[in-house]
Amino acid sequence: MAEESGGLVIKPMDQFRVEALFGGDIAWYTPTNVTLWMALTVLAATLLMVYGARGRALVPSRAQSAAEMTYGFIYKMIEDVAGHDAVRFFPYIFTLFMFVLFANLLGLIPFAFTTTSHIAVTAVLAFTVFFAVTALGFILHGTTFLKLFWVSSAPLALRPVLALIEVISYFVRPVSHSIRLAGAMMAGHAVAKVFAGFAAALGAFFFLPILAVTALYALELLVAVIQAYVFTILTCVYLKDALHPAH
Amino acid sequence: MAESAASGPGMPQLDVTTFSNQIFWLIVALIVLYFIMSRVALPRVASVLADRRGAITADIAAAEEYKQKAHEAEEAFKQAEADARAEAQRIVEAAKAEMQESLNAQIAKADAEISAKSAESEKRIREITANAVSMVSDVSNDVTADILAVFDVKADSKSVASAVKDQLKGDA
Repeated sequence: MAEESGGLVIKPMDQFRVEALFGGDIAWYTPTNVTLWMALTVLAATLLMVYGARGRALVPSRAQSAAEMTYGFIYKMIEDVAGHDAVRFFPYIFTLFMFVLFANLLGLIPFAFTTTSHIAVTAVLAFTVFFAVTALGFILHGTTFLKLFWVSSAPLALRPVLALIEVISYFVRPVSHSIRLAGAMMAGHAVAKVFAGFAAALGAFFFLPILAVTALYALELLVAVIQAYVFTILTCVYLKDALHPAH
Repeated sequence: MAESAASGPGMPQLDVTTFSNQIFWLIVALIVLYFIMSRVALPRVASVLADRRGAITADIAAAEEYKQKAHEAEEAFKQAEADARAEAQRIVEAAKAEMQESLNAQIAKADAEISAKSAESEKRIREITANAVSMVSDVSNDVTADILAVFDVKADSKSVASAVKDQLKGDA
């Protein structure tokens, strides 16, 4: 951002700045744009799942149908991936999915703030899952949960090596889990901002970057939904390891 | 804190001073969303889905019942049709037998009449024949007598008659 050549000033990272809504310093309790967009995320999810499904009709309206399909989609995902006994964690996994999905989607609105583009947010989401799943594994299985790292189908000589790899990969999980989401969100938004900056600089050829931004937006819409899906299905996979640790 | 207001490092994501704020509001948002979802939204959608499944199951059962009823009605209709057919067959057989019987009786009666009539006819023919024969022999007797008279041959009627009789027999 230091170089300014020919009036082309693109600040693609400015959209990620956390700012206090009413000015002043940012303390842990200050209402910021994070607060605003998380509130909107909660509101949007509530709108779909509570207001949309308010009819309770036997033959659903469109909004009710969307709510029911979302419900069925996540329910079936948990059942398929983590097994039927994972269904008792359905409300939390559903909350995670709705939060990430609507945070991603609302972030695509121009001038919006994308809460899931911040590593602090996604790290909390991922580490919550990580600690919950690890604790659950030990509570349900005690020390036999450690068999997760002991690949009993491998030759005995290889097992310690595999165990080391398994342990490392287990602890890398929350990192990849969180950076994947934040990285995808941040990259997409930054690229969109850079292309938009080109539009201002190119003069008569402004339409080229705008076309590019349009195409990018379609892609970002896909990425927003897919990242929410990936985050949720990985949560289910980790949950499966806690419920059924044996390989 | 004041440092965050300045343009700062390249990535706002790495500005540690905003972390506590983000994490605090994230936890608030998650808790609020969790309670809305788990207390209101999900039970509501689940009950709607269960109601629908129940309604569909009931409808399918009702449809199955109607199908069964339709099947039974069809069976009853088929049974009635078969009964009617058998009844008609029986009536036709009875009528046929009755007709055959009366036909037989009439044929027998007609046969009897015909044989009676033919016997009578035969008898009359025989009478007529006999009559004719006796008339022929009478005429022959008379003619013979007359002829003999013409030739002046005396002959009693008795011998003439026997001679004529012999002659006729030979011809016959």
